[in-house]
Amino acid sequence: MPAAILARSVVLEARRGGLPWLVIGALAAAAALAAFVSQVALTESVALRLAVLAAVLRACAVFLITAQVTASALREIEDKGLELALSLPISRAAHYLGRLAGFTLCGALIALVFAAPLLIWAPPAAVALWGVSLAFETALVAAAALFFAMTLAQFVPALAATVGLYLLARSIGAIQAIAEDGRFARHAAEAIALLMPNLDEMTRTAWLLYEAPHAAAYAAALGGACIYIALLVAAGLFDFYRRSV
Amino acid sequence: MSATVPRWVVALLALALAAQVAWQAARSGTSNNRDELPPAPGAAALRLASFGEPEAAARLAMIFVQSHDSVDYARLLAWLESVLALDPGTQYPLFAAARIYAETADEQHARAALDFVYRHFLRDPARGWPWLAHAALLAKHRLKDLALARSYARALEQHTAHLPLPLWARQMEIFILEDMNELEAARIMIASWLESGRLDDPAELRFLKQRLEELEARIAGESVK
Repeated sequence: MPAAILARSVVLEARRGGLPWLVIGALAAAAALAAFVSQVALTESVALRLAVLAAVLRACAVFLITAQVTASALREIEDKGLELALSLPISRAAHYLGRLAGFTLCGALIALVFAAPLLIWAPPAAVALWGVSLAFETALVAAAALFFAMTLAQFVPALAATVGLYLLARSIGAIQAIAEDGRFARHAAEAIALLMPNLDEMTRTAWLLYEAPHAAAYAAALGGACIYIALLVAAGLFDFYRRSV
Repeated sequence: MSATVPRWVVALLALALAAQVAWQAARSGTSNNRDELPPAPGAAALRLASFGEPEAAARLAMIFVQSHDSVDYARLLAWLESVLALDPGTQYPLFAAARIYAETADEQHARAALDFVYRHFLRDPARGWPWLAHAALLAKHRLKDLALARSYARALEQHTAHLPLPLWARQMEIFILEDMNELEAARIMIASWLESGRLDDPAELRFLKQRLEELEARIAGESVK
């Protein structure tokens, strides 16, 4: 199973590159920030701590996986590791999907670690749904980061493109609401929304604070993420097969 | 073999660090953290800035609001409106309006904050009733405006029929009527409560019957005078 070996090598690379320490550092920083703001709250201090912790951890998970995927993919290209790998009897699809599987596993482990402390303040079922959703979200971001890194082949443009896509997807609902009044703006926002993943429906803090999502809405959010991951993988494979290495 | 760092680089590093610390130390004395509250952003702008985290953004916005001076109540209440629109589930703006901004010495400001609580109670009685009950108490004891207190108490009773409210909140209007010396109206209200069959707690029934007897005694005493 060459793809499984590649996935394992990606996880090993992340471990040896210090990703676990960054995860622990992000967790400590987010917990400290949440504790600080909850100290100055006059009411709802637990809700404030939980909301800030969940929001910051979500952002940290996405940033860490984006940076890890982008740096790893570009290092492989620059060190000529990609050329070496493609000289082996392994298909390009197996190489691409194997590495993506490794990054997805890294994202899932980060989601697991980040969801654990939320159990102190939120119901276990809600935390489990939040954690699984974060794992899907990091898988989507890993797919986007891998696509941009392989396509653009430079660190800053790849990182900026991934972060830009993520932020746009997170705020497209609000942009559509603002664009309601203008006819052209509304159509433009709707057209952009057609090409965006539904990240504003995923990993919601409201699940932890108020009530768990309905099964249909939750399944729709994860299903939408799966479709977008498939789109990114297909686009990445298309670009990978047509390039001469 | 390790390279030697030139002395001028070491000196530059020390000088730059000292300048940075001195600059920040000088600035910390002049900065005023309790600036006036800036104009409130619309709910849509706040939602855009929250990047899909309205619950965290709403509560952080309240921390921002409470850390500023609130001289302009129109601006302040616009902030509270935007925060509530961003996350309708949070109680923070209603808490702040009822327990902080309504308890000011300025009567106009207090009335504006109480009106904010009242308007939001009408939109969402299930979440807003504790704050309207507090608003009724403030209107009665702080503003000495029994008519305003009664209007809040009446709204509390009328819009919460389907909610499990404690007896004291549901029957606040009766006690305000007594304070207004509207004894007959209070008596009729208690009698209608007892006849409505909505009370099933024996302790509540006993308390209200006792209250009715006391009221009837007071009314009889006043008619003798």
